[in-house]
Amino acid sequence: MELHLDPKIQILFYLVTVVCFVFGLKMLTSPRTARRGNLLSGIGMLVAICTALFSFGVVDYTTILIVFVVGSAIGAVLAYAIDLRAIPQMVAILNGFGGAVSALVGVAELNSVMEKGISTLSADMQRTPSLFFGAVGVDTFIGTLTFWGSMIAFAKLQGLISEKAFSLPFKNVINSLLLLGTVVLTALLTLNASDPGNPINLTYLIGILVLATLLGLTLTMAVGGADMPIIIALFISYAGLSAGALGFTNLNYGLIMVGALVGASGLILTATMAKAINRNFWGIILGNITPPTMVVAGADDIYAGRIKSTSAEEFAMILEAANTVCIVPGYGLAVAQAQGTCRDLYNELTADGKQVTFAIHPVAGRMPGHMNVLLAEVDIPYDKLLELDDSNAFLGDCDVAIILGANDVVNPLARTAKDTPIYGMPILDVDKARTVLVIKRSLSPGFSGIPNPLFINDNTLMLFKDAKPALAEMVKAYRER
Amino acid sequence: MDPVIIALVLFVFAVIIGFDVINKVPPTLHTPLVVASHAMAAIMVVSAIIVAGEGAEASVLSKVLAVVALLLGVINVVGGYLVADRMLAKFKNSRPVKKA
Repeated sequence: MELHLDPKIQILFYLVTVVCFVFGLKMLTSPRTARRGNLLSGIGMLVAICTALFSFGVVDYTTILIVFVVGSAIGAVLAYAIDLRAIPQMVAILNGFGGAVSALVGVAELNSVMEKGISTLSADMQRTPSLFFGAVGVDTFIGTLTFWGSMIAFAKLQGLISEKAFSLPFKNVINSLLLLGTVVLTALLTLNASDPGNPINLTYLIGILVLATLLGLTLTMAVGGADMPIIIALFISYAGLSAGALGFTNLNYGLIMVGALVGASGLILTATMAKAINRNFWGIILGNITPPTMVVAGADDIYAGRIKSTSAEEFAMILEAANTVCIVPGYGLAVAQAQGTCRDLYNELTADGKQVTFAIHPVAGRMPGHMNVLLAEVDIPYDKLLELDDSNAFLGDCDVAIILGANDVVNPLARTAKDTPIYGMPILDVDKARTVLVIKRSLSPGFSGIPNPLFINDNTLMLFKDAKPALAEMVKAYRER
Repeated sequence: MDPVIIALVLFVFAVIIGFDVINKVPPTLHTPLVVASHAMAAIMVVSAIIVAGEGAEASVLSKVLAVVALLLGVINVVGGYLVADRMLAKFKNSRPVKKA
């Protein structure tokens, strides 16, 4: 027996999916409701998948079932096995898969039409075959772009290739030509809609695939490691848009609505993140980021003889006298796997009635919000993780600020030094705290490559050690006082 | 009404809703939100199912492509939702919650 849903009924089910996604997204914007929001959107996805299973023409359930079992197993293993520090890489690679899905299905649909004629399309699409051909062109273009872009992002984040921004000479001209070429090929494909079986259509499609691949490579290679997470958010938006374009190939209203929804929300998220780290949104989209000019002028001269280094015991004594403490974690903390030890210190201090908060800079970690996840993982309550503005309000009247593996985000040069790459980036005003304790392995510069005059301030004390043993010694000294 | 026009209207409205919904996300949730929305973007599995599920009369090449697409899509959906859930489960408030 074959069970098929009337297309009109299908639209209603896809509407349920869209409503679930809209409210799910809305709930994902507050920490209290986020988990339920994710579940709600998962339910929406399940509704969409079940609806598709009852589409007209779907008969081969064995193949689908096998693929679902294998795919779910791989997905679940990935989700639970992954170290949360590697989330940016996972997002990149899975998003690349999304782009690939879109492009592959687009090619498959075009191939069916070329082999079997437009009778394989729905009745509505048979009346407007040029829309089908145009949508396939757009869909395979965005899908392929997303795939290669995400794969390069993954390779950069994983350290398989250099994280440095690599740009071609005349890259704007080259990128514009690639884009123009795709537009021309898509137009040619669309104009040929009346002749679906013509082998030249396949040539056009392959041309689009090649150009999209090249564009994906040039765009992403030009973005440096620090900006990569923003590019990933952008590619999520592209994946959404390609889902929308795929929806237009067979007028699947569910795909069209969800694609537009995710495309738009991804774009807003990209813009929000770009703003948080003072990057030009369009610059990132067009791969037009001027690589930072390195000004490494005399780090030794700046630091020479003016660094006050001390011991974990003294740090513990200073903390004992403090009432308000602000901890500023950077990715160095996660690299050192010291989140747990950091939590121990937090517990000791709060047990004594001290007010302890965490100042989270938008770019702490490998992607925006990443540090929050890493700290939440060791049971630090999210309402103690302050955003930039709240952190700075707290730091203004704070006894002690502890800098753990952060550097550029607390560099006061960002306020004044116009010739440095970090100029204009909002920073955490740790120098306003009464005492600044810096735990750092060495005086090596951060990602920007510039020295940090914070380290020579009168109220700054440094402890040159790996974050984990340093924190462990502080906790020990604090307990034994 | 012309189904193509309906599709365009839906597309535009969904874009507007998408822009509106994501306004003012606290940075704390940026990472989980990115993960969750990329799982949503994998709605493409729907099209993959439709092509992959075609019967014997279908083009073999199309079907092979769609099966590969479906596999990648399912990994994307399942992996995305589960890892987002895993992260969100860790977010706890400092106010103690009474355990039953």
